[in-house]
Amino acid sequence: MLKRNGTKNIALLITLILIFFQSNLYTKAIKVGSNHKVKTITAALLFAVNGDTLLIASGIYKEGPIAIRKSITIVGINNPIISGDGKYEIFLVEANNVKITGLVFREAGLNYIKDNAAIKLNNVKNCVISSNKFENNFFGIYLAKSQNCIIDGNIISANHKKETQSGNGIHLWYCKNIIIKNNTIRGHRDGIYMEFVRNSNIHNNFAEKNIRYGLHFMFSDSCSYSNNHFQINGAGAAVMYSHNVEMKNNRFEKNWGSASYGLLLKDIYDSKISNNIFYKNSCGIYFEGCNRITFTKNDLIENGWAVRLMSNSMENKFSENNFISNSFDIATNSTKNYNYFDGNHWSEYKGYDLNKDGIGDVPFRPVKLFSFISERIRPSLILIRSLFIEIVNIAETVFPTFTPEALLDNNPKMKRI
Amino acid sequence: MNILAKIIRYQIHDISRSMWLIIYTLFFLLTSYGLISFSNNIPKVLVSLMNITLIIIPMVSIIFGTIYLYNNKDYVVLMLSQPIKRTVLYFGLYLGLVIPLAFSFVIGISIPLILSGKNWLEHIAVIVYLFTSGVFQTIIFVSIAFLISIVNENRILGLGLSIFIWLCFAVLYDGMLLLIIEFFQDYPLEKMLIGFLFFNPIDLARILIILKLDVAALMGYTGAVFQKFFNTEWGIILSLSSLTIWSIVPLLIGKSKFLKKDF
Amino acid sequence: MIEISNLSKNFGALEAIKNLSVKIQQGSITYLVGPNASGKTTLIKSILGLVKPSSGSITINKERLNGNHEYRSKIGYMPQVASFPDNLAVQEIFSMIKNLREGFVDYDEELINLFKLEKEKNKRLKNLSGGTKQKVNAAIAFLFNPEILILDEPTAGLDPVSSSILKDKIVSENKRGKTIIFTSHILSELEELAKEVIFLLEGQIRFNGTIEELINSTSKHNLERAIASIMKGD
Repeated sequence: MLKRNGTKNIALLITLILIFFQSNLYTKAIKVGSNHKVKTITAALLFAVNGDTLLIASGIYKEGPIAIRKSITIVGINNPIISGDGKYEIFLVEANNVKITGLVFREAGLNYIKDNAAIKLNNVKNCVISSNKFENNFFGIYLAKSQNCIIDGNIISANHKKETQSGNGIHLWYCKNIIIKNNTIRGHRDGIYMEFVRNSNIHNNFAEKNIRYGLHFMFSDSCSYSNNHFQINGAGAAVMYSHNVEMKNNRFEKNWGSASYGLLLKDIYDSKISNNIFYKNSCGIYFEGCNRITFTKNDLIENGWAVRLMSNSMENKFSENNFISNSFDIATNSTKNYNYFDGNHWSEYKGYDLNKDGIGDVPFRPVKLFSFISERIRPSLILIRSLFIEIVNIAETVFPTFTPEALLDNNPKMKRI
Repeated sequence: MNILAKIIRYQIHDISRSMWLIIYTLFFLLTSYGLISFSNNIPKVLVSLMNITLIIIPMVSIIFGTIYLYNNKDYVVLMLSQPIKRTVLYFGLYLGLVIPLAFSFVIGISIPLILSGKNWLEHIAVIVYLFTSGVFQTIIFVSIAFLISIVNENRILGLGLSIFIWLCFAVLYDGMLLLIIEFFQDYPLEKMLIGFLFFNPIDLARILIILKLDVAALMGYTGAVFQKFFNTEWGIILSLSSLTIWSIVPLLIGKSKFLKKDF
Repeated sequence: MIEISNLSKNFGALEAIKNLSVKIQQGSITYLVGPNASGKTTLIKSILGLVKPSSGSITINKERLNGNHEYRSKIGYMPQVASFPDNLAVQEIFSMIKNLREGFVDYDEELINLFKLEKEKNKRLKNLSGGTKQKVNAAIAFLFNPEILILDEPTAGLDPVSSSILKDKIVSENKRGKTIIFTSHILSELEELAKEVIFLLEGQIRFNGTIEELINSTSKHNLERAIASIMKGD
């Protein structure tokens, strides 16, 4: 009885040790390359087991779609190139704990039915995609129904011209707890696209010259993005249908052109936007259907419109922002005001500060009559900078009749904050 | 031609010593200097300067031009009793006024820019536009002024007319456009509005400014017509050529009136 | 010779000159006289091409005027009111006028010297007194040795000394064969200077002839009364 038990125990122990060794101590590093025994990634994946590392030597690998269903690490040595040949998806990851680093992905094929990506993560956890290059792929990195992944330090670029022929640089769909940081994304449709994402964090990314948005963010609650830089995109960032979003220390600049925005907000609730810089955008920030947003300590400089505030936006608080040299500081299509402006600095402010407390003694009205007119009838913009318009603006400032009377900053700061 | 150059030369001698021209030059010098020392941002300074020139240059050109011709009526008679062609005298008087006015504007603005030691050379394209627009305004409004004072013997009437015409172009015309925009807001207005711009030289110069500075992108929001006009070379070609027409037509009408006029 | 035939000039409804014909002989000295708005200045300005005739013609030495300008090099004109660009100096206005006629060298600067304009040469014209301006004006009219001199109220505004300098100059130029036409309201001047009289009234010539003829025709003793009697319509 005892002996039988002992044999059983020893067998169990050996099994455990084997499993332990195989997965940890004795994990293999498989070298892949034309100079090695294993020539292809597909071959290496056949006899790799969980925990193995594939060391990919430099060279060009065109192997058709590659599915990764084992928890392995793939490391590129001297930038090996994995090509989708313009036809198919490159890596499909369907195992947890996969790490991919140091590879160059090229030309995942454009496909109007299937979202071909250079790397697609499908329903996985704890994966890391770091320090890879992505060149001219349809989609760059695509995460679906995944959790706790990190996308770090990748350079993703494409030369697409048309929105329809272009996928997104980083695409997240139904994901949780994702960190996207230090990536550079150029020339895709959207730089970073997020739909139905929770508790994720996007920081220190640089998105430029994307055809549509630098960041496109929908139905994604409780996410934050910070220290990102968006420039020369169709729009810097579009954040829609979400609440509890935190946006800080981002820079939105030179999103300039017809229908361009620094930041486009649609149906956003209870969010915080602070310490961002909006510089030289056609429209710095656009609020539609947004409620209870705290907008504070932002710099809005040399934009066409600094803020366009649609009448369905209420109870937003604008304080301690710098509005400097914008063509229009605030534009609204509403004759009533349900938002608060307090303690901002306005370069247009012409009042005085007799008691020298740094706060202007006369309230500032940021909505000019002309900005109100041009919001209602767009073609009237053709009169911009006309002497007549200046006179009308002054008259309206003295006797507000058309613009929302309550829309004023009672404590305009004399100096830049 | 030789005689023309001589008339212009003495004209410039005369006007460049005039108190008004000195004040005019000082105005640009001080404005330009003031704006530059307040701001490090040269493009912003240039935009402000453009806005100022849009108001000041037409006003000064039309008023000064009208008064100038009235005040020099006896001198014109003296010159016409000399063996000089009327056409030559007309262009001599005209250029003799336009050249110093334009020159004092260009000098008044460029000296503070150059002395500031700031990166103005980077913005040379905008500066060229500023000068082009200012010189066009001078050319156009002096020729309108000449036409007014040649046609009207009564100098109070003529001066009143000058101020009124300036007011029309600078202010009332745009007010009328705004009314049209308000009344016909449900119709496609863009082409008509662009058409209207060509009948007002101040609007045309304003459009040049908008075209050359970034505000043009705002126009994209109004639809395809403005987008095409303001963001392609079409706008520049059309407004420059219309400004040229504006420079020539009143001047030539003035000339033919001058040739027929009894002094 | 200046030949004016059937000249009419209307300013709108106003007929300033009505079908006027007259010949002014070379070397003559003609006094053009008439009350205000009688058409004197219009006639002078028509000869100078400053006013365009409504109908009729003017020929000077057989050359018909039709907007040409070269003939004016033969005419020296002294307008009633002198005006120059305010900010030019006296010597600049002389050099400008000289400059406009290239190739001319035989300047008559006698009046500049007699009027002592040299002293004033650096003064700006706007700072000159009316009399000094008038001196400049006269000096310019004689500057180019013109064969015809047209002087509109030449002595108005001049002090007696300058006035007599100018009169002497007119007489001496006439003796050298110059044709002289002048207007004046100071009737005494007439007797000193003029041989011919053209009396204008309402745009028409009421009298044209010598002074003797004028006095004789009105059977008055002197010129002033003779003219007064024509003006009354006797």
